[in-house]
Amino acid sequence: MADTPILQLENVRKVYSSGDIEFEALRGVTLSVDQGEYVAVVGPSGSGKSTLMNILGCLDVATEGRYEIGGEDVGKMDEVDLAEVRGRRIGFVFQQFNLLASMSAWRNVELPLSYAGVGPAERKRRAIAALESVGLGDKINNRPGQLSGGQQQRAAIARALVTEPMLLLADEPTGNLDSASAREILDIFDQVHRSGRTIVLITHDWDVAGRTDRSIEVRDGMILERGPGRREPQLAEVGK
Amino acid sequence: MRSILTIVGILIGIASVILTVGLGLGTQKDVSESISSLGSNLLIVRPGSATSSEGVRGGFGSSTSLTMDDAAALQSSTVAPDIAGVAPEASTSVSLENGETNWTTTVTGTTTSWPQVRSRTLLQGAFFSEAEAAAGASVIVLGSETAVELFGTAWAAGRSLTIDSTTYEVVGVLAEQGSSDDTNLDDLAVVPMATYSAQISTSTTGLSVQTLYIQATEQATLSAAYQEAETLLLNLHGITDSSAADFSISSQDALVSTATAVYRTLTVLLVGIAAIALLVGGIGVMNIMLVSVTERTREIGLRKALGAKPFAIRRQFLVEATTLGLVGGVLGAGLGIALAVTLPSVLGSSIVVSWPAVFGALAVSIGIGVVFGVYPATRAARLPPVDALRAE
Repeated sequence: MADTPILQLENVRKVYSSGDIEFEALRGVTLSVDQGEYVAVVGPSGSGKSTLMNILGCLDVATEGRYEIGGEDVGKMDEVDLAEVRGRRIGFVFQQFNLLASMSAWRNVELPLSYAGVGPAERKRRAIAALESVGLGDKINNRPGQLSGGQQQRAAIARALVTEPMLLLADEPTGNLDSASAREILDIFDQVHRSGRTIVLITHDWDVAGRTDRSIEVRDGMILERGPGRREPQLAEVGK
Repeated sequence: MRSILTIVGILIGIASVILTVGLGLGTQKDVSESISSLGSNLLIVRPGSATSSEGVRGGFGSSTSLTMDDAAALQSSTVAPDIAGVAPEASTSVSLENGETNWTTTVTGTTTSWPQVRSRTLLQGAFFSEAEAAAGASVIVLGSETAVELFGTAWAAGRSLTIDSTTYEVVGVLAEQGSSDDTNLDDLAVVPMATYSAQISTSTTGLSVQTLYIQATEQATLSAAYQEAETLLLNLHGITDSSAADFSISSQDALVSTATAVYRTLTVLLVGIAAIALLVGGIGVMNIMLVSVTERTREIGLRKALGAKPFAIRRQFLVEATTLGLVGGVLGAGLGIALAVTLPSVLGSSIVVSWPAVFGALAVSIGIGVVFGVYPATRAARLPPVDALRAE
């Protein structure tokens, strides 16, 4: 397992079409991420990095190309298999937090476990443990509206980690936060990384990208540059 | 908030269906009761049409084909065992006088079985006796209203009045019966048939009976009594072909069934209105469900991202829609039944709770909720999660 890359994309293309107009969001991306890596995908808005994140997270399917997660070809999976992959292997953190407003923090966190078929008592125990690990042990019964932005994002991270996924996928996790809260979130990511989990972080912010092992720059649907940590972009086109 | 609106929509739909159907059934029950209060188990025999010597055919009831002999024959328990009583009637309008007071009413000649057959009771005194009937005595029984017109509120039994300067003794006053559509059942006077034909009838062709009331022994033997009466009368009149009969027999039963048919039509109408009410309510529910699912597309996307399988999404919306439908439906049924119980005292007409209507309305509203809650949810569950997440 350690030898196989956890994520592997080969010449992946994604075309959006509305009516007669076609827009190619990804123009042949080849990429691999190894177990335990902390990777940033960096690019300005409209570069195709969100599309890349959606494909990596199995939230959307590629128009063309091959995508393997943990050695399994995603292109051959049906809806139920995809749901299984999303539920057990990937933990999502969104820019908008995406917590359900009508539920308490621990109810939100236990949600993925209920879809994974875990029993109620076990769900509650693990949800509370996950909230404690992000420093929200005293807020388990608060609703999202009663939490600050940073606290909501921490609850969302707890929700992403509660299923112990092999990949944590974060889309602009600090985009809606002040810098102090953003630092807290990135500190939690560092902790998660140290515990050996793979993280892919999508951002437009090179400062955020600088905290990772490796940055991949996306521009106009293509990968331009890759290298460790923060680096000035160079034009080194890969793929099509 | 939206859930409350949905519940209220379903509630009103169901309650209105129960009330409209209940009102229809209640009216139907009221009418059939008031018809059977006219006299139970009754057959009414009327003479057929008369044909004059010039060949002019009169209307039904114009001939004089029914006689007192017919009445006597029908009374026989051997020939007609299912007939409990026969009351022949002949009547005309005359003026009754008590001193200065006079009052014109219908005077009916009949036999002593009249109170039993017409289900009348006496308020004062007694009905005329068999002996008085046989003797053609000058005795008279008054309806309650007639008694008040002639004697005021004073005790009338034992007083006397005059018709055409013949003095009659008032032997009894009938208890109140109420009015049917066009006949006042309390404004009348009853005398023995013999007295009627000798002193009151203006007919020159002798005694004839205008109407024969036949009481069957019970509701179940009404049709047997009908057969016996028809066969016997055909025999007595020497007619072999029943289509040439010189009389006609009708029954309260026929009246009741006609009225029932009318009110069944009324019920169909009301059910139609209720169905439209339910449809309109259902469309409201449908809209609320569609809007709520559309607004929750983002939630569906999130749940899918968290590993929800399409089946789990469908099940969630199915449970929610069923719960809304059930809560609204049960509250609506409760409200409908409560109003059906309390409204009659205000409206004065009865409302019958129809269980088929209650359960039909429940089933329809839950069905609509489920179909229009689950269908869009299924569609949203099929969207790629990214599109659902992007939806606002």
